[in-house]
Amino acid sequence: MEQDWIWGLIGGMLIGLGGAVYLLANGRIMGASGIIGGLIDRSGWDTAAERLAFLAGVFLLPIIVYPFYRSVETHVTSNIWVLVAAGLLVGIGTRIANGCTSGHGVCGISRLSLRGMVATMFYIGAGGVAVVFFRHFLGVV
Amino acid sequence: MRNLFAFIAGGLFGTGLFISGMTDTSKVQGWLDVFGDWDPTLAFVMGGAILPMAVAWQITRLRRTPLMGGAFPPPPPVRLDRNLAIGSVMFGFGWGLAGLCPGPSIASLSYGGIGHWVFFAAMLGGMLVAPHLRIRLDRLVPAQ
Repeated sequence: MEQDWIWGLIGGMLIGLGGAVYLLANGRIMGASGIIGGLIDRSGWDTAAERLAFLAGVFLLPIIVYPFYRSVETHVTSNIWVLVAAGLLVGIGTRIANGCTSGHGVCGISRLSLRGMVATMFYIGAGGVAVVFFRHFLGVV
Repeated sequence: MRNLFAFIAGGLFGTGLFISGMTDTSKVQGWLDVFGDWDPTLAFVMGGAILPMAVAWQITRLRRTPLMGGAFPPPPPVRLDRNLAIGSVMFGFGWGLAGLCPGPSIASLSYGGIGHWVFFAAMLGGMLVAPHLRIRLDRLVPAQ
């Protein structure tokens, strides 16, 4: 679809705007893995309310926008082992690296953080290897 | 008020992920798949998100404190360490396998179906064991 990149750009700017609000109003870095992870391993329970409010927004707004939107398919694999392995890797990896696409990628790169840029190179590289290997060699995803 | 701003930020984040197509796993995998039918969307999402965020970081230099009080985050550490590399490679591998990362996995829970819940549950499980693995990793190969 030709307009996909326009929606990508608009959506991306909303993502950045969300990060800007979280930073300028609450003084926090909008990193999805850190916000969830701090609730899961209890390291962020002192700021639990704020974290839950943020996650509620992430979860609920798509429900409100959903009826007005053009395409909503997700194409996730039905292979349960791939889903479990991928989920575990994402959960463990983001917590060990202290960030994911939003924290290291969006918030880190935009402040020219070396760690954010290096992390982003590593996870994009690994993601590329995973897709190419599992799609073109094994045909699993 | 803090919670209201957090909810607004999360709402913008969720809406952005949703309309940009980042909750569609085939768009993420399509961007990572350089040998397939390459989908450039993710680059536009990243670029679009970094712009307002870069402006926000500049504003933190002019203002002393956030709107709701407290302090802005300290400057990022410069030191690169082993955990950053190991964790990011693990994360990237999982991201490529499923086409989901933490933000979009939550934004798509309401309509993505059972597969998204399976991924989400496994991700939370991973986050639960991560601190223990991290301690073991540090014992195995002491940093520096």
